[in-house]
Amino acid sequence: MTALLTRRKVLAGMGVLGLGLLAGCDTRGQLSYKYGKDLSDKILGRTFKLKDTDGNTVSLSSYRGLMPMIFFGFTQCPAVCPTTLARAAKIKKLMGKDGDRLQVIFITLDPERDTPEILDAYVKAFDPSFVALYGTLEETKATAKEFDVFFEKVPAGDTYTISHTATSYVYDSRGELRLGLSTSLSAQECTEDLLTVMEVC
Amino acid sequence: MNAALNTLKRAVFGLSLLGLAFQVSAQTQVDDAWVRGTVANQSASGAFMTLTADSDSKLLSVASPVARDVQIHEMTMKNDVMSMGPVKSVDLPAGKAVKFDPNGYHVMLMGLTGPLKEGDSVPLTLTVENAKGEKEVLEVKAPVRALTNMEGHDHSKMH
Repeated sequence: MTALLTRRKVLAGMGVLGLGLLAGCDTRGQLSYKYGKDLSDKILGRTFKLKDTDGNTVSLSSYRGLMPMIFFGFTQCPAVCPTTLARAAKIKKLMGKDGDRLQVIFITLDPERDTPEILDAYVKAFDPSFVALYGTLEETKATAKEFDVFFEKVPAGDTYTISHTATSYVYDSRGELRLGLSTSLSAQECTEDLLTVMEVC
Repeated sequence: MNAALNTLKRAVFGLSLLGLAFQVSAQTQVDDAWVRGTVANQSASGAFMTLTADSDSKLLSVASPVARDVQIHEMTMKNDVMSMGPVKSVDLPAGKAVKFDPNGYHVMLMGLTGPLKEGDSVPLTLTVENAKGEKEVLEVKAPVRALTNMEGHDHSKMH
């Protein structure tokens, strides 16, 4: 009985894989982006588990079928975080109907100060569809490491600010890492590359 | 036609003199000051502006009643890593417009006493010192702009 189930699972798995191939999802590394960095040879973000602001434990696979765009930051960041999230909101609009499949995910690097309430209000101020994820400090460190994201507390008076990697990581709808978008790119430039990802998966 | 133009010229000249009169005590000009709005319980935000000093000076400090601690920070980007940290002062070379925007220097308002809502006005007190060691105190009312505004991103693009 157990063996039968396992065989069924294998068959089902092969079916899903086949569908993926039929849909043209097998062009790893063959896409050419005009502005972003091709990250399809990198394996990042496969195993992280964090909480969303409703308290659900989520991983990358929670967003299968959508195109996740992941950005790390903290809400007390005055410059790059809000401008990157504002750019993401603009991208979503520029993508038109395809924008419904873009899932913007903000992962806090400051779980000690960014409570779920603050995070939820913060990301939703940019777009109601945006989600924010958080973990314990240990989980945050592990997640950042998994993404090769640098972050470091910088003392500022009796408190601190955070230096961090500001790249946005884009996955296709199957959860394959595709693209890294630098903060120097405009919303229009990002949109062009995101639509290139969408063409294949 | 010419007479009208001359009158206009005189009027403009007069106005500029008036402007000068007001500027006598202030050697540093503050333009486009604004503060980024916050959501509830967010304890820090940034203030942005352009400062132009008429002689070599430096911005020493900023104070505001809306924040427990106000610091001047510098943001730099290298290999898409954003680095931030406090600086002691910011040089304001004579006649040069020094921008405090989301791409470089900014004023950090830390330990906010309450949320900053779009349309509110935030008092800022700037202390500038010139090369002779003379201090100048500037009072600025900076409007709060939406948290979500993209100021400093699209404008930084050179194409």
